[in-house]
Amino acid sequence: MNAMLNKKAKPKTSAKPGRAKPKVAVWKFASCDGCQLSLLSCEDELLDVVGEIQIAYFLEATSAKIEGPYDISLVEGSITTEHDAKRIRKIREQSKALITIGACATSGGIQALRNFADVNAYTRAVYARPDYIHTLKTSSPIQDHVPVDYELRGCPINKMQLLEVINATLNGRTPNISHVSQCIECKRRGTVCLMVVKGIPCLGPVTHAGCGNICPTTDRGCFGCFGPSEAANGASLARQLERLGMSKREIRDFFRSYNANAVAFRETSEIYD
Amino acid sequence: MTQSQKSVQQALPEGTVVRVGPDGLEALVALLKQVGYTTIGPTVKDDAVVYQEINTTKDFPIGWADDQDGGTYRLVQGTKGAFFDYLVGPTSPKRYFFPPQNKLWGASKEQGHFEVEKPAEEAPSYAFIGVRSCELRAIIVQDRVFGFAREDQHDKGIFSDPYYVERRKKSLIIAVNCRRAGKTCFCVSMGGDPHVRHGEGFDLALTEIMEGSQHHFLIEVGSERGGLILALLPFEAAKDQDLVARKTQAEKARGQMGRTMVADVNPLLKNNLTHSRWEDVASRCLSCANCTMVCPTCFCSNVEERTDLTGDHTERWRTWDSCFSIDYSYIHGGPIRKETKSRYRQWMTHKLSSWWDQFGLSGCVGCGRCITWCPVGIDITQEAAAIKKSEECQT
Ligand code: SF4
Ligand code: SF4
Ligand code: SF4
Repeated sequence: MNAMLNKKAKPKTSAKPGRAKPKVAVWKFASCDGCQLSLLSCEDELLDVVGEIQIAYFLEATSAKIEGPYDISLVEGSITTEHDAKRIRKIREQSKALITIGACATSGGIQALRNFADVNAYTRAVYARPDYIHTLKTSSPIQDHVPVDYELRGCPINKMQLLEVINATLNGRTPNISHVSQCIECKRRGTVCLMVVKGIPCLGPVTHAGCGNICPTTDRGCFGCFGPSEAANGASLARQLERLGMSKREIRDFFRSYNANAVAFRETSEIYD
Repeated sequence: MTQSQKSVQQALPEGTVVRVGPDGLEALVALLKQVGYTTIGPTVKDDAVVYQEINTTKDFPIGWADDQDGGTYRLVQGTKGAFFDYLVGPTSPKRYFFPPQNKLWGASKEQGHFEVEKPAEEAPSYAFIGVRSCELRAIIVQDRVFGFAREDQHDKGIFSDPYYVERRKKSLIIAVNCRRAGKTCFCVSMGGDPHVRHGEGFDLALTEIMEGSQHHFLIEVGSERGGLILALLPFEAAKDQDLVARKTQAEKARGQMGRTMVADVNPLLKNNLTHSRWEDVASRCLSCANCTMVCPTCFCSNVEERTDLTGDHTERWRTWDSCFSIDYSYIHGGPIRKETKSRYRQWMTHKLSSWWDQFGLSGCVGCGRCITWCPVGIDITQEAAAIKKSEECQT
């Protein structure tokens, strides 16, 4: 689960400018739509993108639908029902390249908090007719169900990274997206480390770079929205957070948020259960 | 006779030591700007002293000092009115000579061929003020790596990086001697000294002297260019007691080294590549790469092609990378340093051992940055000592 996808593996489509525009579909599973909105918020770049691709299915933007197969499927959201588990297999069958976008699709999202609790107890507490609810016990990432060609991290994803993945796919090259820590973003940018100068708890050392260094530049420690970095050592960082004065419960909850179900974060939070 | 011809005649010889007040230093900054330098100096930003463009000595961290240890840095009150009471911070001149990201060149697809575009911007002329002795030696280390001043030896297989060389060539270095040393400093055990030495490549070197109500600076000439600049400023001759004070200051700082690197660390590491300490440090190491980012000698980079959507135009960019990133050791078929253990070992043995084989000097100058800025306080001197003191140590 959540395997670091091989950066060197090129996405499968070989669309080239001047040739037929690749058909792109955008699919939604259990999610808040925030990642799809990132595509719509590429105001300046959207027209260029639309010029290069054919939007075949994107309900958030248009109700027009073009039948598959698709060259690129962008998949948002996690699998939380039997129905969705079947639907993603159908989508995979119709897609040359399947790219998952966002924390829900790549790790199970915030809704994966259910994985640490009893879902039936929740449904009984929340719904008047729990028997109407047909849900799985866990929220799981897409790659637990079907092979994925590329995973784009973030809650939400960074629109520049989304454009980069689309760009790289169109041009048949590897996306320039690295799986290093958020700390590298701080240092490249010249952001002074909050943890070292102020003792502010930060998940940056174990978090995948790519957000654009948002929290550390606004005096907040990293919340881990991009999930674990390629070589995250959560246990060691957690020991440092203890030294900085965080309680065991706070540490558990720190690691258990948008990417609660991502292996490195899950294993760390479980130490503090 | 023109002003410049006059000043050439009056260039102060190397080794000359003069004395100026704080206003003299202000005049120096103004002069550097006037002759076209971008002045880079220490300033307080986000609770740390960093290098940034400064316009006046008022931008300096006046009255600030720092308290550093493994994984912690705090600004504290220093000597009132002192300009240079702080020690090295998270940045170093490295980010100016070898920027975190820079465009190398671009290319556009034309009918049947492609056009290469060189970057249009000219390398800036930097004047660095407040460069520490360890930073000066780190520049010497990077000069070796990037082939600065060896551009005539390309036929001997010496590589020169034009981007680095251009920036380096145009820059002026005004060093400052350390008035004190900190808990993470260990330059002496790496063969350095808190006070700069001739031949280390400074143009001018400052010593800040504060005694009673007195506050002044000694300025020593280290190069012809430095001598030329100094000749344009008002100054007094240095007094004997100034030189005594400078010597005392150096001795005091030398005695304050907070850490020490064990002797003969180069063969020590070579003989202990399978030591169990590598596992131990890997259990603590976050693989976050902070140590390599702050190190003034680390030079790893990634080169990437950034195409536009049409694929008709591409730019080649170089960005800071690190031996702690898995992709950095990616060769055909996969990465060769998959585990944190092998990546930490690669980093430390390169700094202290194989750098000698590769470049003929140590890759570590003992500035202590990697200790302070490691979020979990991993200490290169302690790791080396732990291997040396252990029973399983191979000699
Ligand atoms: S602020 Fe956080 S992300 Fe940035 S360097 Fe420090 S620990 Fe790393
Ligand atoms: S290895 Fe550490 S102490 Fe040595 S030069 Fe680099 S940052 Fe400074
Ligand atoms: S030694 Fe420290 S700074 Fe370097 S990668 Fe490991 S945890 Fe990060």
